Amino acid sequence: MNIILRLAWRNLWRQPRRTWLTVGAMVFSNALLVFMISIQFSTYELMIDNTLQAFTGHIQVQAPGYKDDLKMRQVVPDVIELASSLRRELGTETIAARAAAFALASSEERSYGLQIYGVETQFESFVSTIPGLVRDGRYLKDQDAAEIVIGKVLARNLRVSLGDEVTLLGSGRDGSFAAAIATVVGIFDSGVPDIDRSIAEVPLGFFDDVFYMEGAGHQIVITAPDLISVDPLKMQTEALVPASLAVHDWDALQPSLKQAIQADLGSAFFMYGVLVILVAFSVLNTQLMSVLERTHEFGITMSLGIAPGRLGRLVFLETAMMGLLGLVLGALIGGVVTVWFGYTGFSYPGMEEMAVNFNLPSRFYPQASILTLFLGPTIVFVGGMFAAIYPALRLHWLHPVEAMRAAP
Amino acid sequence: MRALAVVSMLAWRNLWRNHRRTIVMVSAITIAVWAMIFMTALMRGMVNDMIRDGIRALPGHVQVHHPDFRDDPSINNLIPMSDAALTAAFSRSDLDGWSSRVKVPAIISSERESRGVTLIGVDPELEQSIEGIGSNVAEGRNLEDVNDGGVIIGRKLAEKLDTELGKRVVLMSQDPDNEIADRGYRVVGLFEANLELQEEIFVFAGKATLQKMLGIENQVTEVAVLAADYRDVSDETEQVRALMNGDVEVLPWQELNNYLGSMLKVMDGFVLVWMIVVFLALSFGLVNTLVMAVFERVREIGLMLALGMRPASILGQIIVESILLLIIGLILGNTLAWASVVPLQDGIDISAVAQGMEMFGASSILYPELTLDDIVLANVVVLVLGFFASLSPAWRASRYEPIEAITKV
Repeated sequence: MNIILRLAWRNLWRQPRRTWLTVGAMVFSNALLVFMISIQFSTYELMIDNTLQAFTGHIQVQAPGYKDDLKMRQVVPDVIELASSLRRELGTETIAARAAAFALASSEERSYGLQIYGVETQFESFVSTIPGLVRDGRYLKDQDAAEIVIGKVLARNLRVSLGDEVTLLGSGRDGSFAAAIATVVGIFDSGVPDIDRSIAEVPLGFFDDVFYMEGAGHQIVITAPDLISVDPLKMQTEALVPASLAVHDWDALQPSLKQAIQADLGSAFFMYGVLVILVAFSVLNTQLMSVLERTHEFGITMSLGIAPGRLGRLVFLETAMMGLLGLVLGALIGGVVTVWFGYTGFSYPGMEEMAVNFNLPSRFYPQASILTLFLGPTIVFVGGMFAAIYPALRLHWLHPVEAMRAAP
Repeated sequence: MRALAVVSMLAWRNLWRNHRRTIVMVSAITIAVWAMIFMTALMRGMVNDMIRDGIRALPGHVQVHHPDFRDDPSINNLIPMSDAALTAAFSRSDLDGWSSRVKVPAIISSERESRGVTLIGVDPELEQSIEGIGSNVAEGRNLEDVNDGGVIIGRKLAEKLDTELGKRVVLMSQDPDNEIADRGYRVVGLFEANLELQEEIFVFAGKATLQKMLGIENQVTEVAVLAADYRDVSDETEQVRALMNGDVEVLPWQELNNYLGSMLKVMDGFVLVWMIVVFLALSFGLVNTLVMAVFERVREIGLMLALGMRPASILGQIIVESILLLIIGLILGNTLAWASVVPLQDGIDISAVAQGMEMFGASSILYPELTLDDIVLANVVVLVLGFFASLSPAWRASRYEPIEAITKV
């Protein structure tokens, strides 16, 4: 082993209690950071997946302004042709056209306002989880049938079951009165009361008839295989659709999602920052003491001709060793805790009520990854190294002769 | 008493023997205390704001409904007491504010657009005592009385409907026989709310006008009652329960909105956990400092023991030293926290993530709230845990064998 390395290592263990306490501070913070960051990152992933895959998709083609105003007359003309040409050009099936309208749905006993979507029956299941969530009956099949699929809560509130008829009243694309009768063929249960209460789907052809859409729709939904491929897919799509249409990615469609994550990250990073600073102070104190204690010794080595810079490097090396020890142990303990909770799930009182708001399950199963394992500990390590700057610099101000007079 | 004075003086002087170490430690404590209080003030501000906004959206801290109404907000789930009977019952009670409402799902249509909304028929006079979102009319006028033929809608909804003040809109809902009931209303006022969603879904009309349209004269779907302190509404809930006859559900807001209700509880837990975590991160440095301080003075401590100082006094001295250190840090930390919260009293603008905050139910301006309870909690956590953390080094110091200690190099 290199002599400097050995020297640094031995110096650390002159005061084992002090070294262990400093390493302990690092291990504590690191383990906590690993666990918290793992939970956060897996939560964000879930939030994005659950929210987008339910209905929104990763990319949508719409008329400009539609996403903010949701007005009936902001349409994508010839939506079915455009969707099928996109499927052909992009070489993927996960594209589907939709049209949307507000309508009053009435059963024999009850009436409720809801958002009705006209969907391409054979493609909708590629862009949304709702077709797969039909618990009673079946999903829509025929493109022109007078059929409707509604959520569980709505079915209960309207007091309808499979085979019952629902009257739809609303306004068509041109503002005229639109009315139709549709048969309930399926009831879905997404587990999110808001979706189950307020969304209904009908075949696009039928929708076109009822709301006088004349072949137009409101959105073409595209699902990407993963988040990373969203950007290139969006660029490809932009090149394929007429310039009069807008292509939005999920950030733009659901700004609340990304911003909720950013807001959460912001407050989390403040907290993590505090932990890192406290650990850095601990290191500063330890290294400062250890340098001051060795004033006499450093005086001797300097008068023997060793440059202060080399001694400074020794101090850094000692700090790095301590930091590495904290990093490895912290990541290890944090990783074990994370993996443990990844199996058993993690929950705290009150979380269930909060989780529903973000389309999340009531138990978290944190996933450890290289990133979540080493992000926090690496920052703590770097913070510790910064803290060693002042103690190391002090060596440059040391006068060998005076230093040797200090008590050994 | 004198013994304590001597011990304190000794402890104080010992602290400044190694002023660098003490300064580093005091800085760490200051930052920790600041972070505890500052973060708590921000979170408290956010949560309290959310709860206030949330309560404004379902105005009234205690609400009465038909037992099925919340799951199935239908006109058929009316409160079994007549409006007149309710008025009689509530005017006898000593509750501060109350209001009865008709709340139904409806569709609002302008010339161009239709939207699903929650239509609320209110008595403007009763509603004033509750201060719901509808009373925050930014443009136009408020509803004048129960027979008012106008509606107040949110600014956002007006935008989406392409309509404006003075124009007519049609509201459509169902009557108890499931016949479509509709009526034209003039938009007489636009209200503003902190959360956009609230501006989109609530429409306010005169209670009597709406009752006539729906054919449910003298009947309501909801009674809302204001409580003195929103944190604890159990007294008011009991009072209201006693006033009601028949099959009704009386619930406090915590249960009406689980998310907000649990938020308050989660927040209290979070504050404590946050403070303890910060303290633990700090405690390693604190114990370290004390261990070093004792280690440096082994001979001295041995000498004091040999001269007849009792071990208890040594123990006390180290603990006093630790507490003094913490107190200096606390004074600085509290001051820093106060000094950093005061300039932020007018709110921190975080509108960059406004829609994300709305997902949490919070608005885009954060008002930090410094409460005495939280400050006391932070100080107590630091002092109590600090005391326990310093026990071990202090105990070791008091257990030295005098002869061994003196001869230690």
